Amino acid sequence: MGSITIRNVSKTFGEAKVIPNIDLEINDGEFVVFVGPSGCGKSTLLRLIAGLEDVSGGQILIDGKDVTEAAPAERGLAMVFQSYALYPHMSVRNNIAFPLKMANMDQALINKKVEGAAKVLNLTDYLDRRPGQLSGGQRQRVAIGRAIVREPSAFLFDEPLSNLDAALRGTMRLEISDLHYQLKTTMVYVTHDQIEAMTMADKIVVLNRGNIEQVGSPLELYKSPRNLFVAGFIGSPRMNLIEGDYARSKNAKTVGIRPEHLLPSKQSGLWRGTVTVAEHLGADTFLHANVDGLGPITARVDGEFGVKHGETVYLTPDESKLHRFDDKGLALGPALTGA
Amino acid sequence: MATFHTRSAARLMMAPSVLLLFAWMIVPLATTIYFSTLNYNLLSPGDHAFLGITNYQYFLTDPAFFDALINTLLLVGGVLFITIIGGIGFALLLDQQIYGQGIVRILAIAPFFVMPTVAALVWKNMFMNPVNGLFAYFFRLAGMEPLDWLASIPLFSIIIIVAWQWLPFATLILLTSLQSLDEEQKEAAEMDGASAFSRFIYLTLPHMARAITVVILIETIFLLSVFAEILVTTNGGPGTDSTNLTYLIYSQALLQFDIGGASAGGIVAVILANIVAIFLVRIVGKNLEA
Repeated sequence: MGSITIRNVSKTFGEAKVIPNIDLEINDGEFVVFVGPSGCGKSTLLRLIAGLEDVSGGQILIDGKDVTEAAPAERGLAMVFQSYALYPHMSVRNNIAFPLKMANMDQALINKKVEGAAKVLNLTDYLDRRPGQLSGGQRQRVAIGRAIVREPSAFLFDEPLSNLDAALRGTMRLEISDLHYQLKTTMVYVTHDQIEAMTMADKIVVLNRGNIEQVGSPLELYKSPRNLFVAGFIGSPRMNLIEGDYARSKNAKTVGIRPEHLLPSKQSGLWRGTVTVAEHLGADTFLHANVDGLGPITARVDGEFGVKHGETVYLTPDESKLHRFDDKGLALGPALTGA
Repeated sequence: MATFHTRSAARLMMAPSVLLLFAWMIVPLATTIYFSTLNYNLLSPGDHAFLGITNYQYFLTDPAFFDALINTLLLVGGVLFITIIGGIGFALLLDQQIYGQGIVRILAIAPFFVMPTVAALVWKNMFMNPVNGLFAYFFRLAGMEPLDWLASIPLFSIIIIVAWQWLPFATLILLTSLQSLDEEQKEAAEMDGASAFSRFIYLTLPHMARAITVVILIETIFLLSVFAEILVTTNGGPGTDSTNLTYLIYSQALLQFDIGGASAGGIVAVILANIVAIFLVRIVGKNLEA
């Protein structure tokens, strides 16, 4: 139980129209990620679903029931905040127990549930500590624990990993994915980090300026972006977008080629360029090259491909992987070789 | 940073101010203790005979002393009660988004800038006067006999005046504390199903605990020595009904001209204040840690 329907929802703050008009269907048990640059309205959309902000128009339905006017607590959702929002003067145990206590649940049952949640999240040894005595990752788990004891119909995550260091972020990503697999509850997750979006999501919603640019599975977005924005946003390093003669020769205003779909060579190739920076990551190297007539191009090449700053490199695009876009920035059919 | 050199340099440079502060405190204290053992009355100049603890015996067995002690505690406790409860209420109100917020805040803080003598005179003559006072007008409007505040309930009247002066201070400190409460915590509590009242009890109040402690500590220090308000309104009367320790010592020294007795009273007051301070630091000072 936990399908969410967003119907014609809009939100304005004074003069500013943050969300003009959004329609979205979130199915029961899905892991949906809202992704987009800062200020695209993804957090606002989440807060509208949570009920922390009032909608300016439209309807929000949870399990088919209209909750547009319902208070946050009545919606049966649980939220994990960016700052964790733990209650600093309460022990971990009381933090996790708080929503149950507010629901006037029996104390014995509360204890059982809190201990169950602590076990799942490896917090049993920390139950009597205060949040201030915990590390970032532990606090994050307490926040998740406080959310799961309520057995909500859906979890809402608002950039939950952005305050953690890179290594911990990787671990927590796995833990949240694992939690979703165990609980099979709907999860709505907001992030600006496309790696989190690609690795965790069943369905990604790409937002830009309050509009949905594309909805789809991670691979769908990667393989066939619907427009220039999605093409440029999904994928790391970014897709190379090329205009001019080469694009015209493919019958398009703009063509895009992902850095991993460029074949490098030291001897010959379609494009000749000078390496400006070579970022060695070990397995891969990101080559930033200045290609004659096209400008800066990024290529993802094998780590063994030894080129240095200032050297010449030849790049040949895999034309079966080209993305073509028209003058409105919309994708033009399957990106096969043009006329 | 704290190497041996910086530490010894710091000690050396702090020494003059420590010595000055020490002398500032010790010299008056020593003089007061010395006077408290003498038969030192301004009406009988000349030889000040050494009396030992006689002054203390007289002061402590004086029936006025016990009254003053009770009055001091009632005054401090009453004002603290009103300012903490009222301060929390006002802070919650002033925290709301309203039109003209800045002006309302300045108005609310204004009483703190009015000096005690003036505040007490305004209350005495404009509000509490049984003939011309505003309260008397309201009483008559309600068809009742006007209350002579300062004569019939003198201590309570003084508590009201002093509380009016200290309410802005409490409000200000509690308001800043309220504004530092994390917005996401409030939202989390809202999501967790806590009602507005539960949010206040479980989230806001614990968050304000430290600020409340600060208000209690600072106000207690100043309220133990309330004097001007009593001098300009009731002169400690009727009888000893509104005499606190400070006022009793004043009357001993400057109305009865008994410097020795007043000094003994001063030492007693210092000891009592220290007892209160120890209790306060033990009970509420814990909140200031961590």
